[in-house]
Amino acid sequence: MKRAGRDETTQRIELNMTPMIDVVFQLLIFFMLSLKLLAPEGDFHIRMPKAAPAEGQPDPTQLPPIKVRLTADRNGNLRGIQMAEKQLRSLEQLRNEVLALVCDERGPKPEAAKTEIDFDCDYHLRYSYVVEAMTAVSGYVDKQDRIVKVIEKIKFTRRPKE
Amino acid sequence: MRWGARRSGVRTNPDMTPMIDVTFQLVIFFMLTMNFSQEEQTELIRLPSSEIAKPPDQPVETPITLQITAKGNVIFGGQQMPLANLKRELLREKQLLESMPGKSASKATIIIRADGRAQIGQVQDAIAICQELDFQHFVLRAKQERKVLKPEGA
Repeated sequence: MKRAGRDETTQRIELNMTPMIDVVFQLLIFFMLSLKLLAPEGDFHIRMPKAAPAEGQPDPTQLPPIKVRLTADRNGNLRGIQMAEKQLRSLEQLRNEVLALVCDERGPKPEAAKTEIDFDCDYHLRYSYVVEAMTAVSGYVDKQDRIVKVIEKIKFTRRPKE
Repeated sequence: MRWGARRSGVRTNPDMTPMIDVTFQLVIFFMLTMNFSQEEQTELIRLPSSEIAKPPDQPVETPITLQITAKGNVIFGGQQMPLANLKRELLREKQLLESMPGKSASKATIIIRADGRAQIGQVQDAIAICQELDFQHFVLRAKQERKVLKPEGA
């Protein structure tokens, strides 16, 4: 019989590897070229309701927002920080002030979640300083490398272009 | 002689197994490091960095990405345009959203990827344009990076 005959003379079955290797190399090259090593990105949620207070009763437990004024010099660099009429020297001091308001030694107090910060920035202030200021008020990284959120309600006051 | 084998015309079969092993390892490595979710990043935008910008746990609902360049132009839907043209393009997007069941401008989230050198006023102008068209949810995107704030008094 034909089949039996072939089985008897079997040496090694030669698989043709060429197409598989071709395909695998194609895949390899595709994934290599599409590789982008990028830092992960995260989000800041901001509260931007369309109009002034929505319909219905205002929430009586809502604390008035903390006003933070950021001024810029001519080049758009951060010049001054003011929090509730108080002049601050650095963003680090802003963080300390905010933490003193809403945190005790065990971490954020329950009111922290209700506290709102309102940034009032000069039109030409560079965006990166605003993100730094938002970083300063909205949380910190603790000793165990965890992110502790302090204030999550952030809004902006719009200023006209000068 | 050593070369006898070749002379007699027998094909040599190099062992491909190790090469295929290594190649598969590489394919799998590149596959796993591939990230489709950050496809919209462009070279034009240098995001500001923040240590507490945590990547979201779940993807946002109906995301619309708006990128703002250092000069204050907007990149939307793969096109760069001045801020003044944004409203027209967004309106088209809004009409498209409203033609789909269960979607509307007020439920969509606008993801703002603005360059760190842009002016905050320009970002606010873009937000105001979105608000005029009933978009309500906004997130500002930043690169997650450790950046130590200057110590007090420095």
